[in-house]
This record gives sequence, structure tokens and C-alpha cells, in this order.
Amino acid sequence: MAAAVARWNHVWVGTETGILKGVNLQRKQATNFTAAGQPRREEAVSVLCWGAGGETQILVGCADGTVKRFGTEEGVFQGQRHCPGGEGAFRGLRPGRRLLELRVGPGLCRMRQDPARPHVVATGGKENALKVWDLQGSEEPVFRAKNVRNDWLDLRVPIWDQDIQFLPGSQKLVTCTGYHQVRVYDPASPQRRPVLETTYGEYPLTAMTLTPEGNSVIVGNTHGQLAEIDLRQGRLLGCLKGLAGSVRGLQCHPSKPLLASCGLDRVLRIHRIRNPRGLEHKVYLKSRLNCLLLSGRDNWEDEPQEPQEPGELPSEDRETDELWASLEAAAKRKLPDSEPAQGALQSRRRKKKRAGSTSP
Amino acid sequence: MAKAADKTGSWGKKNLKRKAVTEEPQEATVAGDEATESGVQPPKAAAFPPGFSISKIKNKQQQHLMFIWQLRKNLKNREALGDKAPPKPVPKTIDNQRVYDETIVDPNDEEVAYDEATDEFASYFNKLLPRFSSQHQIDLMGEHAFQDFTDLIVINEDRKTPNGLILSHLPNGPTAHFKMSSVRLRKEIKRRGKDPTEHRPEIILNNFTTRLGHSIGRMFASLFPHNPQFIGRQVATFHNQQDYIFFRFHRYIFKSEKKAGIQELGPRFTLKLRSLQKGTFDSKYGEYEWVHKPREMDTSRRKFHL
Repeated sequence: MAAAVARWNHVWVGTETGILKGVNLQRKQATNFTAAGQPRREEAVSVLCWGAGGETQILVGCADGTVKRFGTEEGVFQGQRHCPGGEGAFRGLRPGRRLLELRVGPGLCRMRQDPARPHVVATGGKENALKVWDLQGSEEPVFRAKNVRNDWLDLRVPIWDQDIQFLPGSQKLVTCTGYHQVRVYDPASPQRRPVLETTYGEYPLTAMTLTPEGNSVIVGNTHGQLAEIDLRQGRLLGCLKGLAGSVRGLQCHPSKPLLASCGLDRVLRIHRIRNPRGLEHKVYLKSRLNCLLLSGRDNWEDEPQEPQEPGELPSEDRETDELWASLEAAAKRKLPDSEPAQGALQSRRRKKKRAGSTSP
Repeated sequence: MAKAADKTGSWGKKNLKRKAVTEEPQEATVAGDEATESGVQPPKAAAFPPGFSISKIKNKQQQHLMFIWQLRKNLKNREALGDKAPPKPVPKTIDNQRVYDETIVDPNDEEVAYDEATDEFASYFNKLLPRFSSQHQIDLMGEHAFQDFTDLIVINEDRKTPNGLILSHLPNGPTAHFKMSSVRLRKEIKRRGKDPTEHRPEIILNNFTTRLGHSIGRMFASLFPHNPQFIGRQVATFHNQQDYIFFRFHRYIFKSEKKAGIQELGPRFTLKLRSLQKGTFDSKYGEYEWVHKPREMDTSRRKFHL
């Protein structure tokens, strides 16, 4: 029964109490899944990502340093792995096979994998500039962004990258910052400064997602305001109403004009982003929500009997049972601000700056 | 057509009644309203055309008369029916017309119970925290200043009248920002009791039903010492009605088993929640758990959030 129910869920949401919720939007029902059977605040879910192999597995990054695997077909947590090293909660997850470590620096806020090139990863944080890393290449970042020029008072503009997205079809990246800026970087161009910069609102932007067409992004800030910003011109296209708390997770559906948003006001909302713009579904989930995963499949109405469509990530790395046993350990660093990665590649937020770490 | 006919018909009826009334003009004009009602009887054959309503009569005195006749008739019918009378209809109020809020907490809900048992106030509700001080702190959010304190209250005033209250739970708890109105200090309250003693008061939290209401209620409860002294007979009440929180401070005394007398002691004020922020007070970079947005949230007169 739990297995059947787990398969029909359209959205998966991670909460602060450690519960993974699967939400079925046709029936407006939520099902709770916990690893231990009881919610535990120490296992607060901070990151979710699809595992390899379509949308059948979810990797759940928890606050106590474990990454759990959850199978959506069975509705059961399948295994977990403790990932030591670094401090703070997980900021990004990526399925993979090898164990890798990267020294990124303190104050990390987000790590994101390029969906087109799974070995490329971007990181950014508070006073930690945007860096693009190639996991197959050297230990140095492939692209390191430069801070913008001093402002009109000749003061240094502070850096606080909260969320990063890769734009499809090119090498460009978009970031949203805690100082309410949205910036586009192009590693292919000779300049390391942002190609485009716009601002929205007066509050820190906490989450960002790309729209299906790829021309605009939707950002959310700590006041619950959602805005769609066009990246070709850098102008505001429109806003979405309804949220009352800080936006923690945003994701657009790859083909339908739907946006899922979750936040600290404990409600999952699905908005329609065009013709006309408005709220479609609203589900009250009783805990504060940290992150979400929207299923990319097309048929939402019927319970799917046939196997689901492949997810957004390419399923080249197949996770097998030998995965947990056979891991290549890379050379471990002595300093604790290293970034461990293994069956899943994660990054952590550093609390203190260490001597010798790479600075922006 | 029918309307016009109705109108003339009703005019006709009214004229009939007017003539009935003016048969005793002296009584009607000399006596007051009460006398008029008792003096004048409704005509026996009062057949109204369909679609007639008392509220459409423009003449206020006539309308009032007709209404009293109607009430008396209803009462007589009800008494005549005796036990077979249908139950009295409950009048609609804004409180009982309130739109169902899905966030209203179910007492048996385990997830919400766990969430509350492990939130920032859990340490208060599990053991007692006795610190209280009204000193003025200059370094507001410095860590070292607040090791012994549990909450910080900042009252904002405009031209000598307080109009805002910021309640911040320490060390890293939520911060609530309220709009304060109707403030009456102790010396402005009429017929008050003697000054409050040092006994720890009891707390009453009324009508905090939704999840947000629960958080705010727990925040208020954690302001006061955990173990009240019933000897002091003092009680502080936070009553939530239609999203306004009324604070009163009373001393009670039981006169008998069922009757209690109260004396109002302390200040009274009304609060309205503007925002609830997750960490300590940081209006610029903090994350908000709930923000009041008037144009989005206040569209319905029957929907409340606390």
C-alpha cells in the first residue's frame, strides 16, 4: 500500500522535522515518510535531489550528516551513508560514484550540478564567490567569478550567492544573492564579472528556478514574494502572490507552466506561471518546509501504471548495490573545511575561515 | 408592472393603516413611542402582497411599528405551538461565520505535537526559567549581553503613545512584531484594584487555534514564570478575537462556588501581529515565517489567521 501511494506523488518535500512528505496534488493529500518511524529534528532535511535512474530514487541530505536513499516505487528508505568532514548542513547533492573532496572555502550557501554536464558543479556562498568546478579535472576551479566594481560610494559590494542555476543551451550561470541581486555569468566570455545584473525587492532572495523556456527565472525572497525576471533584458515580468513566509524551495515543471514553492509558512503551493498567472493548488503540510522536488512526468491525472519517463538528470551513473561497498577514497585533507563527496557529492557550509583556504 | 401594482397595493395597505392610526391621533402624537405601540393595535385583516418586506418601508416610525407587530405575532405563534415550535435560529456573527482554516491545530495531531514539543519554547515548557529584568540594554543583539535573559521586548512609541511591540525570544528564537493600540496604563484605568503584588500571575490564552496562533500563544506563555502563585490571585489574559489580541491583567476572588469577582489591575492594550520572524530581530536579512500582507490576506471579512 505504501508502495502504491509512493508512486503517485507529484511533489516530494523535505521538512525541518526530518519527515519526507510525498504530496499527491490530485487528491491534495500528503504522506509522511521517515527513516526511523518517528520524526526527529536532528535529521532535518536540508537538500533533496533525484538519484540516478530516472525519478525512482531520491537522495535526502539530513542535518546530522547522513545522506539517505529513498525509493519512490517502494516508499521505503533504502540505505544511508554518513558523510563526515566540514561543518554545517548540506547545501547540494549530486548522485555519482566516486568519493571526492573539494576545498571550497567557508560560508557556502549552494552547490548545484549542471544537468547537461554532470561532472561540472558550481558553488557559491556568503563572501564566497561563484566558482565552477570540473570534477574530472584539476583541483582548481574552472571559472572563478570576479566581484562587481565598487559602488557609487566606492565601497566594496558584498557577496552572498544564495542560489545558482545553469542555463540550458550554453555555459551561462544565473545566481541570486542575499542582497536582492540577480546576476548572469558567462564563463565562455573573457570577462569574469557578471554579464547581466538586476535587482528585485528589498529582501534577500533565497531560492531560484528556471522557467521551461529558459529565458526567465523565478526568484523568491524572505518575505514570500515570488517574481519572474526576464534574463534577456533584465526586467521584471510579473509577480506571484500567496506565500506568507520565506521561500525555501522553488521548482518549475520541465514542460508544463507550473511552479512548486515551499517555505517557512508550512504550505506547499503550485502556481501557474502563464495564461493566466495564478494559484493552482495549495496544500498545508504541518512542518516548516526546507526543500522540494517536483516530479517531471507529464501525466498527472491517472495513477501511472507504465514506467515513468526519465527524469531531468542523465542516467549514466547507475547506482548499484556494490556502490556502498566499493568507494574510491580520494586523498583526505587534514583541514576540516574540506568538502567530502561520495555516492553522492555534497557540499557543506563552513562556519569559520581557515588559513590557506581559497579566497574569492 | 407587477412591481408598480405591488407598490400601489402596499401603499394602499399602509394608507389603510395610517387611517387606522390617525383614528386616534391624540394618543399617537402626545404619547411617546412606547405608548404608541401599546395603544395602537394592528388591523385584524392584514394581508400583505407577496414580496412585501418591512425593511422597505421608508417611514421610520411606521417601519418600527410594523416590526414590533411582527415580533409580537411571532412570539404569540411560538407560544401557541408550545413544544412543537421549531428551534430558535442562531444569529450569524462574524465569529461563527469564520472561514474554515486548514491550519487549525487538531489536538490529536502527532506531527504538530512533535513540532511544538521540539520548537524553540520547548525548554521553557519543560522546566522553569525564572529571570526577569527591565534594564535597558544598549548592545541589543550582542551574544554576551543575553546569557541570562529569555526574551527581549522593545516597545516602539510615537509622540508618547506606544504603537509597536517587538517580542524576541532568546537565544535564537522567533521574533514577533505587533502593532499596539488602545494602550491604557495603570493610572488611566478607572475603578482599578490596588497595585499588583509580586506574586507570579497565572496566564490565560484564549482562542489561539491555528498553527500560527499556537506559536504566538506559546511565545506569550514563555514570557511569564512557569509556576504561578495561586495565592496572589492574579491572572494575565491574552484573548484573541478576529486576529486582535487583547491583554488584560486582573485580580480575582471567588465569592461563592459559581461566582467570582474581578478587579482590573494592570495595563491593558490590544495587539495585532504584523510579522513572525524565525531568528532574532533582524528585519533586513532575517527569514520570515509569516508576514501580514494586507492586500492579499485581508480580502475576506471572515478569514482570520491567528
